[in-house]
Amino acid sequence: MKKNSKLIWTPDRSKFPEQNSDGSLDVDLASQKYVKVWQGPNHPGVTGNMSLELTICGDEIVQAKTHVGYLHRGFEKLIERRKFIQGFTTCIRMCVAEPDTNEYNFSRCVEELSGIEVPEMANWLRALALEMARLQMLLRIVPGQGNTTGLGLGVQWGVYLRDLILDRFEELTGGRVYHMYITPGGVRGLLPDGFKQRMEDALKKIDEFIVDITKLMYNNAVFKKRTVGVGYLDPAWIDKFGVVGPNARAAGFKRDVRKDYPYLIYDKLDYEPFTATDSDIYTRSLVRREDLRTTVELIRQIMAKMPKTGNIRAQTPNVLHWKIPKGETYVRCESSRGEYGYYMVTDGSEFPRRVNLRGPSYVHAVSLLEKLLVGANIADVSSMMVSLGTCPPEIER
Amino acid sequence: MEQILQDIGKQFKITDIVKKRDNLNFITCEKEQTISLITYLRDIKGFSHFVLLSVVDWIEDGVFQLVYFLNNPDKKIDIGIRTMISRENATMTSAHHLWEQIATYQRELKEMYGIDFPGSPRVDESFILEGWDDIPPMRREFDTKKYSEENFFPREGRETNDPEEYMKKKLYPDEEK
Amino acid sequence: MAIEEQNKKNKFIDPDLEKREILSPDGEIIKIDPMKDYFCDAKPKVHEPANKVIEKFLNWSRANSLWVLAFGTGCGSIEIPSLMTSRFDANRFGVQMRPTPRQSSVFIISGYLAVKTLKRVIRSYEQMQEPRYVVALGSCTVNGGMYYDSYNTINRLDYYIPVDVYVAGCMPRPEAMLAGFNKLKERIKAGRAEGANEYAEKFDWYKANQKKIIKDWNMPDYNW
Repeated sequence: MKKNSKLIWTPDRSKFPEQNSDGSLDVDLASQKYVKVWQGPNHPGVTGNMSLELTICGDEIVQAKTHVGYLHRGFEKLIERRKFIQGFTTCIRMCVAEPDTNEYNFSRCVEELSGIEVPEMANWLRALALEMARLQMLLRIVPGQGNTTGLGLGVQWGVYLRDLILDRFEELTGGRVYHMYITPGGVRGLLPDGFKQRMEDALKKIDEFIVDITKLMYNNAVFKKRTVGVGYLDPAWIDKFGVVGPNARAAGFKRDVRKDYPYLIYDKLDYEPFTATDSDIYTRSLVRREDLRTTVELIRQIMAKMPKTGNIRAQTPNVLHWKIPKGETYVRCESSRGEYGYYMVTDGSEFPRRVNLRGPSYVHAVSLLEKLLVGANIADVSSMMVSLGTCPPEIER
Repeated sequence: MEQILQDIGKQFKITDIVKKRDNLNFITCEKEQTISLITYLRDIKGFSHFVLLSVVDWIEDGVFQLVYFLNNPDKKIDIGIRTMISRENATMTSAHHLWEQIATYQRELKEMYGIDFPGSPRVDESFILEGWDDIPPMRREFDTKKYSEENFFPREGRETNDPEEYMKKKLYPDEEK
Repeated sequence: MAIEEQNKKNKFIDPDLEKREILSPDGEIIKIDPMKDYFCDAKPKVHEPANKVIEKFLNWSRANSLWVLAFGTGCGSIEIPSLMTSRFDANRFGVQMRPTPRQSSVFIISGYLAVKTLKRVIRSYEQMQEPRYVVALGSCTVNGGMYYDSYNTINRLDYYIPVDVYVAGCMPRPEAMLAGFNKLKERIKAGRAEGANEYAEKFDWYKANQKKIIKDWNMPDYNW
């Protein structure tokens, strides 16, 4: 896509009050010029269970504050009370939509701290599970972008295809949403018979879906009008705010953990992450569509290159007495929303000392969204939230 | 990476260097020097991506371990800067001027651990909890199970077994202890 | 309890809910007492069934138009899109999602409830029109599930709002949710889904339980 500077809309912030140094704003609500509106938590235009406190002038937003904590379960506290083998079933609930990245990160932390080498077959199966998780998440996000501008049909297609992937997950792991497939030390099982064929059938339908959604959504005049040039994320803000993943790729930064810090077997796969430079809602959505294409391609490659069979579990200590020596580590992997990291500290006992999750939404949906929304139109709030890939459970854990 | 560590060592007092992976190092730094070390790494050494600010509660030593995690996207290396602060009246210099998202992390730590960051924007506003009047919940001395039992009407009939005892009883019922 | 007293006892007072005077654009001074003006201060009432035949007809029609409040309170809401779209298609059972509590009669509590959400849930629940039903998803609403020892999630939902149907599982599959809706229909048709009346009868008990954990109680006691 060519860059069209005319289309990039920069709001006129001259009539808005200046922010104080501590981020507060002196808005005189009694002057009747400004109105305070809450968007969420019970609101169809908010992704997940969170809320935005918007001060508006006309239909332009003067100030936005994110309020989170509606999904706080105290995971990091709970994991401190769980043994390592119990912790991994707890931590997967931290991000509901894409639990496998949690499983993988937790397992890898435990393996790295206790010095376990995972067999190669398990690595291939892990990569397959991660890519499938990314695929089902992207099938929600890509048409979800259209839904925010009133295009509900794409969601019907996307959710149908997502169900097909969840069926494959059910075959592979037994669970529909929470899989608990990647355990510390390996994975739980080999591929069932005929899995590759059934997966290929589902992938073919997704190929068709990509063509269809391009015609339906990306070439749609209304969708373009609502998204091109809206929600412009300045490339200078990428490092300032710590933006990662597809949002950074849409601003011209080639940030992909799979390429930059190859884990599992990603260095044996042949692909190139898609980058664009326009950095508006449309481009971010486009990057996600290309991610979808890449993911389908990667699953095909993994299934073709994968060894037929092999050892899938490393030798682990008795899980009831699994003590890990004192140490700390940070691991990261690429989720559908960007870098997803775990910081784990152990103190030599049977329980982890501290597990901290670094979710991409922590940055995207709190500090970045608050800044991006200033000057935006109130109708674009939900488009912006979806385009940034907001996932509330990983903000508050 | 070695070069960077040497350069830091010339200017700052760092101890306890742990090489975790080729591209991941942990260093410990004094509380007073931390913010200037982070600024140095960001501006001179190209660690432009701030990853994570985390806290570990070492209650037996009476300290909080703050970890600032920086990443260099060009050289693809990570560094974790640990600094120890006292648990009593825990305060730390705010770093919100370096990266925008640090203010959010500091708000969370203020609420969850009670560590104060004077000058950080909106640090006193509640972030996750609402109307919390107990000690900050992520501190080690806070007993979450006891709090839950006292407040949330646990349903009677829940049995909690120690996995080891339970498996012994289930699998080897005849064996004497 | 009078609202003023309650406000005094309250530790956390919302400035938006205090009495004040504002100047309208026409230069008129308007007195505002938000706790009285914005909220209804009548207690919820128990609705006795009218006539046996009429009530049966009403229950039949209520059972066939279950309008669900689209408020994803927890992780169970990830299965709601699957439930509502082509594959499981809950629309054929008369179930459809509504954006506002005023239009809906079924509240799906999709999983664990953090204390902060519970406050919003109570508020939405009281805004819903009677008769209203609650379907609770997941083990966490039954006894806390895997969050039984968490400091921020409730253990038993039926201490805070009356529950008609529990759907167990972590998380429940869409088929299980459909079965739950059918069970709810049976209950409504049999006239046993009296959650709203129960809430009115044991109103003080429910309010006492709610107040025990919601410390930031900046809302009135009566429904609105």
